[in-house]
Amino acid sequence: MTPNLERNALQTDTVFQTKDLNIYYGNFLAVRDVTIDIPKNAITAFIGPSGCGKSTVLRCFNRLNDLIKSFHIDGKIFYHGQDLYAPDVDPVEVRRQIGMVFQRPNPFPKSIYDNIAFGPRLLGYKGDMDELVERSLRGAALWEDVKDKLKVLGTDLSGGQQQRLCIARAIAVQPDVILMDEPCAALDPISTLKVEDLLQELKENYTIIIVTHNMQQASRASDFTAFYNVQANEKGQRTGYIVEYDRTEVIFQSPKNKSTQEYVSGRFG
Amino acid sequence: MATSVDNPTGMSYRRTEFSRIVDNGFKWLTTIFAMGVGVTLMAIAFQVGLQAIPSIQKFGLGFLFTARWNPVEDIYGAWTQIYGTLITSFLALLLAVPVGVGVAIILSEDFLPPRVQKPLVFMVELLAAIPSVIYGLWGIFILAPFLQGPMNWLYQNFKWIPLFSTPPTGRGIYIASIVLAIMILPIIAAISRDSLVGVSPDLRQAAYGLGATRWETLFQVIIPTAISGIIGGVMLALGRAMGETMAVTMLIGNSSNPSPSLFAQGSTISALLANQFAEASGLQVASLMYAALILFGLTLLVNVLAELLVRRVEIKKI
Repeated sequence: MTPNLERNALQTDTVFQTKDLNIYYGNFLAVRDVTIDIPKNAITAFIGPSGCGKSTVLRCFNRLNDLIKSFHIDGKIFYHGQDLYAPDVDPVEVRRQIGMVFQRPNPFPKSIYDNIAFGPRLLGYKGDMDELVERSLRGAALWEDVKDKLKVLGTDLSGGQQQRLCIARAIAVQPDVILMDEPCAALDPISTLKVEDLLQELKENYTIIIVTHNMQQASRASDFTAFYNVQANEKGQRTGYIVEYDRTEVIFQSPKNKSTQEYVSGRFG
Repeated sequence: MATSVDNPTGMSYRRTEFSRIVDNGFKWLTTIFAMGVGVTLMAIAFQVGLQAIPSIQKFGLGFLFTARWNPVEDIYGAWTQIYGTLITSFLALLLAVPVGVGVAIILSEDFLPPRVQKPLVFMVELLAAIPSVIYGLWGIFILAPFLQGPMNWLYQNFKWIPLFSTPPTGRGIYIASIVLAIMILPIIAAISRDSLVGVSPDLRQAAYGLGATRWETLFQVIIPTAISGIIGGVMLALGRAMGETMAVTMLIGNSSNPSPSLFAQGSTISALLANQFAEASGLQVASLMYAALILFGLTLLVNVLAELLVRRVEIKKI
């Protein structure tokens, strides 16, 4: 069941590799010195207090920050060894391989079917669309909920269903990576658990990076965790940086850094 | 009340009678104003209808389909004017919708630096503030001479097409339509821009996140989401075009002879009313009222259709 979509990047075990990445908005240094390897077919969680730049780093991986005019980086981000910000890289092609799920569910005001079919149609998918829609909805554990109402507007679903629709929409193009920016922030606890269960299934086929404010979520659902913190300079500008990055059990049970220890045990931030 | 005996803060937990009266009074006042709008509309329709009765009795529905307006023999039929109203409005829309929506797109996306974009938005709105008589004068003295050459060329090469079958003069259906298009452009552009800007940025991010280009995002997500607002703007513009009087009266030539040619002089209902009301009497007044009633009906129809169309395509915004 191979998809009819191109996958031109060379597959390596390290999906993303950043080297001395600094992220700026104009002159403002938002995040500094990010050097991190993101492994394949694992869930990597970014945690840390608000404003520490974890979402900003996430949005560099699919070049979504390019939409902000003052945004620029120095340092390098490699995607399967390929420089993601090289001048000849087309950000649109990057985003076709690296899917994203956002904090607020954002289905298009189209039918459930058309929401899923949107990405494959953009990519010129020639196969059986009905089959792909069903497979994607099953993949996002939403098929049973919506199989009789595929013509209903995606925006008419409940919040938790909308978010799973957005996940289904993202996996419909068979991306290599799925970026998730606090995907459960707007969901109730039951929907949150459903999405977390889903993450475990998805990592069989996808590499997942998830930004979360929820400590339990990071400890339950992820394999690797990066703890970000934020530091203000003398002008009051707040710059984020990675304090510690390790296997999730290390971060939560025996972190090397004191501030990590304080943050994960809830005595901080 | 015992509390009033010892009240060092001066705070009262009871509403005064005055506050209740003001609240209630305001409610009644706004209700009366709101009713007033509806009553005025009905009263106008009723009055126009009442005064049109002699003409309706004499000419019946044939009034709509016969082209003659002869005050000497007291025979009236408004086909030329009805056709003129419809064709000028239609042509104006045909020209103004693509341009207006295009302007709205340019002014809602970030193609231009804000320093250029903001004044442009303001200038488009300013276009709507130019008095209609000035559009008329501009049409006569600037646009018509400017278009004379190209229109002559069209006539000479394509006169076998009925639309171009008469020699162009400075007045006529074509020039009235073009000026109307410019007049309704700002309505379409401003309303379309508002609805495009109103689309949630989350949807734009969702589309970009799936690897859509700017144009795919615009045409497959942003415009479909904003379409009900855009259609609303177009219909408002159509209403304006059908009712526009001054500029059209100055430009259309005011001829009651029907002609399929766009270069021919023609008339519209509002131009007819503006030209003839002052000197009309008897059956002519009744016939003018009849024509006015038809215009009234046409605009009502457009608005109802607009409402239905908007409801059909309406999609919930997030």
